Amino acid sequence: MSARIRESRGQEMVLTAVVAVVIVLLSLLPMLCLIKEIVAPGGVLSTVAVEAGLRSPATWIATWHTLVVGIGGTLLAVLSGTLVAVLVSLTDMRGRSALVLCYVMPLMIAPQVTALAWLQLFGPASPFLKLFGAAPPLGTKNPLYSTSGIILLLGVQYGPLVFLLVRAGLRKLPRELVEAARAGGANWFTVLVTIVLPLMTPSIMTAAALAFVSCVGNFGIPAFLGIPANYLVLPTLIYQKLAGGGPAVLGETAFLSVLIGIIAMAGILAQEVTSRRRDYRISSTSLPAEPYELGRWRQIVQAGMWLLIMLVLVLPLFGLVLTSLVPGYGIALTAKTATLDNYRFVLFEHDAANRAFFNSFWLSIAAAFFAVIVAVPVGYLIAWGKQRWVRLLNLSVELPYALPGVVLAIASLLLFLRPIPLTGIQLYNTVWIILYAYLARFLVLALRPTISGYHQIDRALEEAAQVAGAGLFTRMRTIVFPLVAPAAIAGGLLIFMTALSELTVSALLWSSGSETIGVVMFSFEQGGDSNYAAAMSVITVAVTFMLMLVTNLLAPHLPSGVLPWRD
Amino acid sequence: MARLTLDHVTKSFADFDAVKDVSIDVGDGEFLAVLGPSGCGKTTLLRLVAGFEKVTSGEIRIGGDVVSNSGGSVAPEKRRVGIVFQNYALWPHMSVAENIGYSLKVARLDKAVARQKVEDALALVNLQGLGERRPANLSGGQRQRVALARCLVAAPSLVLFDEPLANLDVHLRASMEDEFAAFHKRTGTTIVYITHDQAEAMALADRIAVMDHGRLAQLATPRELYHEPANEMVASFISQGILLPADVLTGEEGGHCKVRVLGRELVVRCRPGERPRAAARLCCRSADIEISADASGFDGLVKRAVYQGGAARIEFVPAAGPDLTLHFEQPDPVVLESGAQARLRIKSGWLIPATGTARDDAG
Repeated sequence: MSARIRESRGQEMVLTAVVAVVIVLLSLLPMLCLIKEIVAPGGVLSTVAVEAGLRSPATWIATWHTLVVGIGGTLLAVLSGTLVAVLVSLTDMRGRSALVLCYVMPLMIAPQVTALAWLQLFGPASPFLKLFGAAPPLGTKNPLYSTSGIILLLGVQYGPLVFLLVRAGLRKLPRELVEAARAGGANWFTVLVTIVLPLMTPSIMTAAALAFVSCVGNFGIPAFLGIPANYLVLPTLIYQKLAGGGPAVLGETAFLSVLIGIIAMAGILAQEVTSRRRDYRISSTSLPAEPYELGRWRQIVQAGMWLLIMLVLVLPLFGLVLTSLVPGYGIALTAKTATLDNYRFVLFEHDAANRAFFNSFWLSIAAAFFAVIVAVPVGYLIAWGKQRWVRLLNLSVELPYALPGVVLAIASLLLFLRPIPLTGIQLYNTVWIILYAYLARFLVLALRPTISGYHQIDRALEEAAQVAGAGLFTRMRTIVFPLVAPAAIAGGLLIFMTALSELTVSALLWSSGSETIGVVMFSFEQGGDSNYAAAMSVITVAVTFMLMLVTNLLAPHLPSGVLPWRD
Repeated sequence: MARLTLDHVTKSFADFDAVKDVSIDVGDGEFLAVLGPSGCGKTTLLRLVAGFEKVTSGEIRIGGDVVSNSGGSVAPEKRRVGIVFQNYALWPHMSVAENIGYSLKVARLDKAVARQKVEDALALVNLQGLGERRPANLSGGQRQRVALARCLVAAPSLVLFDEPLANLDVHLRASMEDEFAAFHKRTGTTIVYITHDQAEAMALADRIAVMDHGRLAQLATPRELYHEPANEMVASFISQGILLPADVLTGEEGGHCKVRVLGRELVVRCRPGERPRAAARLCCRSADIEISADASGFDGLVKRAVYQGGAARIEFVPAAGPDLTLHFEQPDPVVLESGAQARLRIKSGWLIPATGTARDDAG
């Protein structure tokens, strides 16, 4: 009897211990390392790093810029995302799922690809504008190299994020609350302003906080649009310092990355505080409200929405494809000049680009695979476990993703700058440090869908196996894993798509030989070879699209909301 | 105050008819209950009247104005109907007073006047002094009163109740029932009250519309529904009526006729103009059945006897009809036990009119 108790408890303890080790290694350790570097570099309490950071005017200029583009981008994203969510959710507009798919697409495209695409559309070398002979003369400054350009693209990139959260909130709006107002004599617009939007403030606030964190932590857009105009935000300032100074300036950049972390956390705290004052919990469950009939406005609204899609998705990608077909900078694209040389060059001739494709693919596959394997037991403990520390566990897994990627990258550098104690293994300057950072950063992308998968499974299925005599590991393998596999795998595919053209983390961690697609794309663009960068972007976007189609095959087995682009 | 007329109203969703050819005329100030099992189309009917759904065919008039027909529909906000929802539908981001005053604010009424009206409405539902509370801080009964006050304050021409007591516990139900009745008496508003609870409908309504599979099964006063059901569905749905096969032997005379049921002849109530026919149906209530030893009775077996305190519910299978079950109450001292042989007599009953006999596809 006691032996059997020991056996079943033993398996549970092994599971818990493994999960705890993984979490400590991936999320707590790097953060502790970062804090230690600031408070006590080299093991001695010191305020030198903080003071140096505070004294430098560059810090304050970059902080100001970060706040400006962060707040501006957030406002734009919230306005556009909420507007689209309201129109899509509450009116009888047609072609909804196609529209949602297209509108959410920019979220699946890496920020630096978005930046590159828009730059190609409006610059003096734009093959698109040249088609109409409307391109500004060569040498003119691209209008996107500016504060408003950065804000615009951040709004385009993260509008869909706001859209998804507000749409989820609108779906839960019980129709009675709308109908009671209409029976009270309110027309549709009055209902929207006095009932719907006030009830949606918690969703909108959450969305705004997330968009703000994403905007202040974004590297790709301010790197492509800000660096040429010498308009630095904190992430690009860190990048420039590290690129110029190497490990010597690590203490200084640690301070800057904590500063970004503080700004991001301030955004989340502001949301917490404002939501606490407004408790608009909607308790009843009911059908969603009948869509509002737009009548003769329907055609106009639909046309407006598709115009928006043209602007934020179709035209930039079109511009990107055109650029990738042009033989050289500033040459007009005609049937005669169009060439596939750029593709041949990046795929077969350029060594670093070759390595980058190889590295990014296996890094993404490894990160996705690892995350799926880890997400199943971690999700099990979070969704079905009874322990009290589980909430903390969930929080600490979210941390590396909630904080801007730059923070995690600096923390990883600090952690692995010296060889790992006892083993002497050196991760710094190898591709493995990038893998470590990817694992830490993206785990939560597989964990979230897995947890919602667990919540949809009747626990009795596992308990039936338990009654039938199966131990914890047997149950995990034969019952639990097959049931949550679709959700976990969908999460893995999301990780693959995100990691494939990732730039923020790898820009700080790469070394010669361990380039990623994002890094090579960035260096092509910085060297003026936009055509090569465009060709690489088109390839990654095409891979992402194809993966989205493949992932759609899993859709019937997934909890709703796992695939953001499916309505 | 206004009358409400539904004229051959049909509502189809895709290939499913939720409401089929329903005609109801609700008089000015009348309290009409719409009663039926779940899925019978009663909620769709309410949503059609409120204007949240459009009719497929037919016409709805409120106070003489056409508000819905196949050509178009007046928007809900222009109909001046009040609705009390099952889940109250109070807006969580507004105080009680703001909830009640919403329609006045929308109508841009003078603020002082609106405040007075809100106070009056609060007093009418006995919630004085709770105006600044949030709906979340009220009990279920209080929330229902707020919902009532909210729909009252706009002086609607018609008030619709959508199963307003379904979420309340038994004690609250009884007191809210009293409150609704008092409210109707005080205001004289035309009321359409949707429910699946027949006791509630009987207690409150002037007339009851029984719905079944989207159709109007019968529209009558509570008494008439109980004593003279128009068809088998109503007969069995209201108070668990017992249906027995019968042959009509004589034509109607003074509201009665002679029938043969389970091999015995007896006189029952019927509609004027009934003629002799075979394969008719008789509706009996448990009060119409008694134990009898004489020749007018029929033999059978007691299938079950369930003691219910002071009386037992006896289920009885007659020998002449082994697939029928009759049930009745036997007061203490209970002598029948399950498995016992017994002889029963039917005192009276109601002959279901010929047009109301179920077709084969019904059920």
